Amino acid sequence: MTEKSSSAAIADSTVNKEESLGSLLAPPDESGRFGEFGGRFVPETLVPACEELEAGFNEAWADQGFRYELRDRLNEYAGRPSILTECHNLGSQLGIRLILKREDLNHTGSHKINNVLGQALLAKRMGKTRLVAETGAGQHGVATATAAALLDMDCKVYMGEVDVDRQELNVFRMRLLGSEVEAVSSGSRTLKDAVNEAMRDWVATVGHTHYCLGSVMGPHPYPWMVRQFHRVIGDEAHAQCLELLGQAPEVVVACVGGGSNAIGIFSGFVDSDSRLVGVEPAGGAAVSRGAAGVVHGMRSYLMQDEVGQVEEAHSISAGLDYPGVGPEHSYLASLGRAEYPTVTDAEVVESFQLLSRSEGIIPALESAHALAWIVREAPQMQGQSVLMNLSGRGDKDVDQMMGILG
Amino acid sequence: MGRLEDEFRSKRAAGRKLLVPYITGGYPGWQPAIRAAAANGADAVEIGIPFSDPVMDGPVIQQASQFALEQGVTPAAILDEVTRLDVEIPLAVMTYYNLVHHPGPVRFAADLRRAGISAAILPDLPLEEAGPWCAAADAEGIETIMLAAPTAPDDRLPRVVDRAHGFVYSVGLLGVTGERESLAESATALAKRLKAITDKPVLVGVGVSNATQAYEVTRVADGVIQGASVVRRLMEDGPDAVGDYVAEVRSAIDAD
Repeated sequence: MTEKSSSAAIADSTVNKEESLGSLLAPPDESGRFGEFGGRFVPETLVPACEELEAGFNEAWADQGFRYELRDRLNEYAGRPSILTECHNLGSQLGIRLILKREDLNHTGSHKINNVLGQALLAKRMGKTRLVAETGAGQHGVATATAAALLDMDCKVYMGEVDVDRQELNVFRMRLLGSEVEAVSSGSRTLKDAVNEAMRDWVATVGHTHYCLGSVMGPHPYPWMVRQFHRVIGDEAHAQCLELLGQAPEVVVACVGGGSNAIGIFSGFVDSDSRLVGVEPAGGAAVSRGAAGVVHGMRSYLMQDEVGQVEEAHSISAGLDYPGVGPEHSYLASLGRAEYPTVTDAEVVESFQLLSRSEGIIPALESAHALAWIVREAPQMQGQSVLMNLSGRGDKDVDQMMGILG
Repeated sequence: MGRLEDEFRSKRAAGRKLLVPYITGGYPGWQPAIRAAAANGADAVEIGIPFSDPVMDGPVIQQASQFALEQGVTPAAILDEVTRLDVEIPLAVMTYYNLVHHPGPVRFAADLRRAGISAAILPDLPLEEAGPWCAAADAEGIETIMLAAPTAPDDRLPRVVDRAHGFVYSVGLLGVTGERESLAESATALAKRLKAITDKPVLVGVGVSNATQAYEVTRVADGVIQGASVVRRLMEDGPDAVGDYVAEVRSAIDAD
């Protein structure tokens, strides 16, 4: 009898992981709420579709066959489990143990593939033939286009005009993968407007189309379902940290736009003693600058003006240019279980270069937000173990950084 | 029963088909456009309060909303103007829930009442989430018009209809507001399903784009809501064109 390799054992341990009801990240209540956040604020046309999706997801998630099919796709196609990398150079420079969860090494270059493979398999199982998606930086769009190619589905991706300009390469990638990409010219012409346009598409095509939402946001069951698809990050990391550190890390850090990579890694540690830190861009700080509001189907913290118009987010990274945040983050913030500090674009540019030079790893600009906070706070965390979710690789940002750094 | 539903029931009993144009509040010329609509046969007007993220609206109404927002229009400024409109017909507002949630349902409902608004349509507030708003609206005598969608299964429609005050808004097609070449089959199909289960007035809106289509749906439904076709005329040709268009639709739906 051969002993299973450690990575295979980790993959196996995550597939049937069930949430305990006492967990802070237990499933939402019947109305899709986490505390007072979440819900299902959608046009009447979409209510039956959300109900159908909820039932379809419940049924699939309870089915071992589906769970194993997804696990196999994640392992054999996306390259899971993703490894941990300890940053010895930067860690000793900062006086901490810095450990990266390498979601950048997944196929398509970010954590987004976890959720997309899950949703695409589910959509197919539910008899849908077409996917629509929104994208900011293009990571979720590329992942969706990839899953659509793999599973032979039609795909249309909505992307704000501003983002189409700054992420040209990803636009070409999506087209290469056989997807249609539509530039959205309404509103702020960024991620939130791409969400609006994808929802409008879905309202008109709901019979045969699945809206493959890219974050832990939107109407119930999306925040919960997308978290379940991403909790593999946290479950793996938890097991890996026990091997590496003998315990959970003292701090777990991730960037937050809508919050999918952060909730994924938090899921593995929310019931431990680890300090949880979700880092938002200063120009898109839904938790620290926002108030509870309703947009994109959910009640959550939202940047809005004095009458309730949604404000535009502004940050260097298209993937975090979102004025809201997923309801589970609002819930964790309201409980005080996770904290949501902000970093500036300048700090992000610094940390982008720092990780590249000191470790030979070019991070996505989104992920560089998490590192920027770690660098700033390191003096207060001396000797501590800090796990950072490296949610994506920075290849897509190189062109933009050339412009910034000259 | 509120004023809107009361008037609509009486007019229906007298054999009249009901016509409700939609006009984007805060878009230049919106007040004279409402007066022109009232003078040319509208039975009520739906006033849009622009929101930054209008997910149920197509390009025309989005553009009008965005333009109005860029001019700095606010819900309070629109409601303030409404008090000076001086039209005889009942007025409804259409907006998105965050603009209600932000001040709170109780304050928003009171603001509507003070402005003389009869009813409200909140397209991103489905039945399951409508409780707090409906309680506040009922308390202030604001009629909440519920939307019924072609996707609703038979067991859902009666619950939507039960909660509706003023009239039932029968969504004409799967999609957002905007003009279409032809009327979707779903427009009359859903109206028929609704008429079979309620005696509340049933009006069809979304995708009813011209006088001919308005005539077609009113053979089944009690009336029609005209949105993008009205707003486009306001944007292209101004308030008088809105009056002319309302007159044209009026005479079409009055024909036997």
